[in-house]
Amino acid sequence: MKRSRFLALLIVAGASVFGCSKGGGESSATQASSANAEPAPKPAASVELLNVSYDPTRELWRDLNEKFVAAYKKETGTDVTIKQSHGGSSTQARAVIDGLDADVVTLASFLDTDAISKKGLINPGWVDKLPNHSLPYTSTIVFVVRKGNPKGIKDWQDLVKPGVEVITPNPKTSGNGYLSFFSAWGSVVLRKGSREDATKYVTALYKQVPVLDSGARGSTTTFAQKKIGDVQLAWENEAQLEVREAKGDLELVYPPISIRAEPHVAIVDANVDRKGTRKVAEAYLKYLYSDEGQEIIAQHFYRPFNEAVLKAHAATFPELTLFPITDIAKDFPDAHKQFIAEGGVFDKIYEPKH
Amino acid sequence: MARANQRVLPGFSLTLGYTVFYLSLLVLVPIAACFARAASLTWAEFWGAVWTERARAAYLLTFGASFAAALVNLVLGGLIAWVLVRYSFPGKRLVDSLVDLPLALPTAVGGLVYASLYVKSGWLGRFLVPLGIHGAYTRFGIVLVLVFVGLPFMVRAVQPVLEDIDAEEEEASSSLGATRLQTFRHVILPALHPALITGFALAFARSVGEYGSVVFISGNMPFRTEIAPILIVARLEEFAYGEATAIAVVLLVISLALLVLINLLESWTRRHAA
Repeated sequence: MKRSRFLALLIVAGASVFGCSKGGGESSATQASSANAEPAPKPAASVELLNVSYDPTRELWRDLNEKFVAAYKKETGTDVTIKQSHGGSSTQARAVIDGLDADVVTLASFLDTDAISKKGLINPGWVDKLPNHSLPYTSTIVFVVRKGNPKGIKDWQDLVKPGVEVITPNPKTSGNGYLSFFSAWGSVVLRKGSREDATKYVTALYKQVPVLDSGARGSTTTFAQKKIGDVQLAWENEAQLEVREAKGDLELVYPPISIRAEPHVAIVDANVDRKGTRKVAEAYLKYLYSDEGQEIIAQHFYRPFNEAVLKAHAATFPELTLFPITDIAKDFPDAHKQFIAEGGVFDKIYEPKH
Repeated sequence: MARANQRVLPGFSLTLGYTVFYLSLLVLVPIAACFARAASLTWAEFWGAVWTERARAAYLLTFGASFAAALVNLVLGGLIAWVLVRYSFPGKRLVDSLVDLPLALPTAVGGLVYASLYVKSGWLGRFLVPLGIHGAYTRFGIVLVLVFVGLPFMVRAVQPVLEDIDAEEEEASSSLGATRLQTFRHVILPALHPALITGFALAFARSVGEYGSVVFISGNMPFRTEIAPILIVARLEEFAYGEATAIAVVLLVISLALLVLINLLESWTRRHAA
């Protein structure tokens, strides 16, 4: 009797830990199973690729994959099947580090691809292996406001006006979150503000954020469905979709300046060499830069690298100054360390409530 | 061996071996890995990761909200179990299976639904918010969803025990002149006591580790509505595995200590009641 109670106790304690550790890998269960399903290397007649990507790119890759498979078949006669895995960008990076058999990674941020590279799975110097620093497209952070823009929000300074509620996800747990932070910071220091001014600005800004959702889709739900807040700082492509779906209830506002988000693509060298899929993986990523690939990218509201395609879609992509991360820090890892990571600027914004 | 053979059913050593094997595989090995990972930090790093002011606020919230939710479930879940066992009414089967729903529903969905019900424009929020009751993005909201996820544990722990208590005992008690309150205190409660404690401990432990539903309703504001598992996720985002597991270890140790305490308390009260 006594012993069984103790065992029960242990199980309960175990349950509580599993519960908490589950937080990091909500989507990893399905990824793991798809990784296990990867077959051994096969003759070239039919090849399978696994593309590990981040959350809001499902529709983009569905279209790109369909067209690439057809184009590749026509060109080489080889059948390619492309499997997709989606999830939070850094969760995905951890999955690849821990053994998810990705042939290519198409993650939201340099930080995540770089983390995989640091573990030796992607060769050093990967950034320059593909055109435009391995960036087939870029994106940015824009504003979504309510119909008629009642609070008159046009620029970053308008966000800290009294009574304006700002919705943006938690910079600690979301790419959208930290890119919003970097944009806000850059909007001050790149317009002749000092570091102190910028610190003051972001402190004021995050005081006007009533909810720090854990991810981009969560804050879209908060803003569009629960109708909380006056302005949402969102990925450009997500914002475009959100505004279209709201049928007139929401509007897009382009601030004059914002960050250039850089969702790099890369081949996972260790995996393609073991599986013998390098040739197809390279063709796949090069396809993203083709006119056809660029056109699909633009249709999904990502800013294509090809100037001509970008011009053709000028109506969807208003001009604004997109500053690179190097304007406010050495690189993405450095920016994350300075501003977001434990002990960084973001941590100092919040003080205990006494 | 001779002792084992005295048991009615054979296979004691086999089943014990099986039990230990599976417990190790499912519980002990992962927990040991957790500790090993945290041990890769120096003492100063460990302390720096787990004992910041912000982390302490998060622990307090996590355990406080879990405790409050388990208390609510003690009453609410006990009551539901009582109703399900002692009364028959149309639709009882349906109600009975509804109790398990929080186990089947992805908790993130639960959190999302609760949040959208209790915001100012939500179905419940439009009546409650004008009264000053904010169910979304507050600590109260966290307790709400934790009550939701913990409920089945309480009900299912109490229900079978209640079924075993003979209604005749209550009748005997009342025919001997006991008031209703006396019958409840001296007849029903002592029999129910261990099950209530078990249910409480299960609901509590389930709440401590809950992440999915809480992130959608809490608003995750540091020092106010940020629970400890969010800190773990935040550290994982920095690829700081060691620090993340360190926080997990602290949660684990506090949980274990509290559960042992609950258990001791239970055996103590039982001894004194006897």
